[in-house]
Amino acid sequence: MTTESNSVPVLEVHDLVRHYRLPRESLFAEPGHVFALNGVTFEIHKGKSFGIVGESGCGKSTLARNVMALEPTDSGSVKILGKEVVGLSFDQLRPLRQHFQMVFQDPYGSLDPHHNVGRIVAEPLAALGAISKAERESRVHDVLLSVGLKPQDVSKYPHEFSGGQRQRIAIARALITHPELIVADEPVSALDVSVQAQVLNLLKDLQDEFGVTYMFISHDLAVVEYLCDEVAVMYLGEIVEKGRTEDLFETPAHPYTRILLDAVPKPGSGQKRERIKLKGNVTGQTEQRVGCAFQDRCPMAQDVCREIKPPLSPVAKDHLAACHFSDSMTEKR
Amino acid sequence: MSLLNVKDLSVILATNEGPARAVRNLSFRLNRGETLGIVGESGCGKSMAALALMGLLPEQSETLGEIKLDGQNLLEKSDAEMCQIRGNRLAMIFQEPMTSLNPVHTVGHQIMEPLRLHRNMSENEAKAEVLRLLDRVGIPNPKERIDNYPHQLSGGQRQRVMIAIALSCQPDILIADEPTTALDVTIQDQILELIQTLVREEGMALILISHDLGVISENTDNILVMYGGCAVEAGGTAQIFEELIHPYTQGLFAAMPKLGRARGGRLVTIPGTVPDLMGLPMGCTFTDRCPLATEVCRNTPPPIVEVKPLQFVACHHLDEARTRKTEELFS
Ligand SMILES: Nc1ncnc2c1ncn2[C@@H]1O[C@H](COP(=O)(O)OP(=O)(O)OP(=O)(O)O)[C@@H](O)[C@H]1O
Ligand SMILES: Nc1ncnc2c1ncn2[C@@H]1O[C@H](COP(=O)(O)OP(=O)(O)O)[C@@H](O)[C@H]1O
Ligand code: SF4
Ligand code: SF4
Ligand SMILES: [Mg+2]
Ligand SMILES: [Mg+2]
Repeated sequence: MTTESNSVPVLEVHDLVRHYRLPRESLFAEPGHVFALNGVTFEIHKGKSFGIVGESGCGKSTLARNVMALEPTDSGSVKILGKEVVGLSFDQLRPLRQHFQMVFQDPYGSLDPHHNVGRIVAEPLAALGAISKAERESRVHDVLLSVGLKPQDVSKYPHEFSGGQRQRIAIARALITHPELIVADEPVSALDVSVQAQVLNLLKDLQDEFGVTYMFISHDLAVVEYLCDEVAVMYLGEIVEKGRTEDLFETPAHPYTRILLDAVPKPGSGQKRERIKLKGNVTGQTEQRVGCAFQDRCPMAQDVCREIKPPLSPVAKDHLAACHFSDSMTEKR
Repeated sequence: MSLLNVKDLSVILATNEGPARAVRNLSFRLNRGETLGIVGESGCGKSMAALALMGLLPEQSETLGEIKLDGQNLLEKSDAEMCQIRGNRLAMIFQEPMTSLNPVHTVGHQIMEPLRLHRNMSENEAKAEVLRLLDRVGIPNPKERIDNYPHQLSGGQRQRVMIAIALSCQPDILIADEPTTALDVTIQDQILELIQTLVREEGMALILISHDLGVISENTDNILVMYGGCAVEAGGTAQIFEELIHPYTQGLFAAMPKLGRARGGRLVTIPGTVPDLMGLPMGCTFTDRCPLATEVCRNTPPPIVEVKPLQFVACHHLDEARTRKTEELFS
C-alpha cells in the first residue's frame, strides 16, 4: 500500500450543501427546509479509510448519496479522481460509476431477490460497456473468491444466504469494477457481532490487497476506530471535528465527540463510569441557528456560542474542530 | 425465597419444518432489587424466554418447566390470571417503541388505559398519574406531550413513553428486551440510566436483554449468556468479565471491536453463522462453530458446572476452554 501524499485525492468534497424542501403547510406560507448538509468539506487519499460518525439524522446517508451522485446536490463540489461529478447527467456519470461503488446497510433489501448472485454481482460491469461473456464470468468468479464466497454460489438467490453472506455479495458487487472508492453506509450495522467481525476483517484484507479507498459510515465508534485512518464527526449536517483516528479518539477537541465516546458502553469496565453527558433534546433541523449548532445540548456552552458560529479550525496537526473552547478541551486531558 | 425462580424452562415452537426448541432448560433466580442481563446474538432465544415469562408466547407453542413468582408457578395460571399478573406484577418494554405504541391514540390515552383498567382510577386520578409518570421518565412539558401522537415524538421519547406505560402498573419485575437497540449511543445512555434509577427507586427487579456485551456489562449484577436456546455461561457480572470461560463467550467478546484498542490487529472471528433453530445438535448447541468440539459435544448436553463461586459454565471441555487463549482458540 503506497500513498503519495502529493497525488490527487481519490475523493475531494468541498462545501457540499443539501437542503430538502418540505411541502408547503399552506398556500401562502414559505416552504420549510430540512437542512441536511450545511457545507461539508473533506478529502480522502488513496488506500485510506475515512470514517464518518454521528447520531441518527445528522446527515451521514445524505452525504453518501450526494458523494455517489444518487440525488441532486444543491451546491458544492464532489471530485472523484480529480473529476467533478456534481451536475453531471445520468449518461455522463455512467462511465465514471466503475470508479466509485456503494455498499448499503441492509443486506436484505439491497439485493434484488429475483436475480441470482451471478447476475447481481455482474451488474456494475454494464458501466464498462461491452465485455465478453468469458471476461464477465471470470471476473465474477474471482470477485466471489476474494470475498470468501464459492464460485458455485453464482446460481443461488439472495434468500439462500445468511446476513453476513449477503453483505459479502453486496461487497463483491461493489468490487467487481475494481473501483478506487467504496462508499459504505453502515455496512455491518445489521449483522451479529460474530459475523460483523468476519466482514470487518474482509474489508481490511481487501484494502491491503487492492488498495481500495473507503468512505465508511457508522454509528459505532469502536467499529470506526478499528477500520479507519481518519474520522469526521458530524452534527446537524456539519463536520464538527476531523482528524486522524488515534488523535481524535484520544484527544477529542469538540465536546460532542467527547460525549459520544463517553456514551459507548464498555464491556468489562464494571458499573457506570464518570462521564460528561448531553443535555436537552435534539435540535430541529428545519431551522438554521445563529452561533454554534451544538449550543442547545452542550454542557460547556457560553454566551459567545449563541452569537458566533465557531469555524472548523486546526487544533493540532491534521486535527480540526469547530468549537470556541477546543483548547480547553485538549488541555484538560 | 427468590422473587422469581425459573427452572428448566423450555419453549417449543411449532414451525413448518416441525417443532423447534427456541429455549432449552433455562434456569435462573432473580431477587428483589437485582438486575439480570441476558446476552446473546440474534435468534438465540432471548425474546422467546422473555415472552414465556410474560405468558405472551405465540399460540403454536409449548412451554415446559417452572416459572415461580413468589412461589406460584405462572405456567399453571389461566389466561385471566396471567392478565392480572401482567397488569400488576410483570411489565415489559420492547425494542421498537414505534411498533408497540398504537399510532392512532395519543400517548396520554395509552398510559391512562392500564391505570383505569388495573388500578381502577377515575379519569381525573388517572390523568394526574399520567402527568406524574411522564415527568418521572423525563419527558419535558408533560402537559403538552400528553396529547401528542407517537409519531410526534423522537425515538428516545417514545421509549420513555413505553417505560411510563410499564411503570404504570407498578411492577415487581421489569423485563426490558433490547430497549435501546434502535437508539443512538447518547440516547441509549440516557434511557439506561433512567431504567437504572427507576429500578433502584421503585425497588423493582430488572431483566435486561441485549446483544451488546457492553450494555450488559455496565448495567447488571448477574449475566446469563445464551446460545442456540441454551444458557452457556451464567453468574455474577464482575466474576464473568474477570474470566470468560465458555468458548462462545470468549469468542463473542473477542469478536467485538472495542474502543481504545490499537488499530491494525485483526478481530477474532467465530467461524460459521448464527444458527438456525432447526438442525441444532441434541448436545451442545455451539458444536458446529466450536474449535474444541468433539463427538461427545454433539450428542450429549454438557453438564452445568459451578466452575467457581457465582460462575456456571456448560461445556464438556472446561479445562481446555480455560487454558487455551481465545486468540489461539479462534484463529
Ligand atoms: N428525501 C428527503 N426529504 C426530506 N428530508 C430528508 C430526506 N432525506 C433525508 N432527510 C432528512 O435529512 C436529515 C439527514 O438524514 P440522513 O438520512 O442523511 O441521516 P443519517 O445521518 O444517515 O441518519 P441514520 O444514522 O439514522 O441513518 C434527516 O433530518 C432526514 O430526516
Ligand atoms: N413465531 C415464531 N415461529 C417460529 N419460530 C420463531 C417464532 N418467533 C421466533 N422464532 C425463532 O425462535 C428463535 C429464538 O427467537 P428469539 O427469542 O426472538 O431470539 P432473540 O434472542 O433474537 O430475541 C429464533 O430462531 C427465531 O427464528
Ligand atoms: S462552541 Fe460553545 S456550544 Fe459549541 S461546542 Fe463549543 S462550547 Fe459547546
Ligand atoms: S467444547 Fe463442546 S461442549 Fe464445550 S462449547 Fe465447545 S462444543 Fe460445546
Ligand atoms: Mg443513514
Ligand atoms: Mg429479540
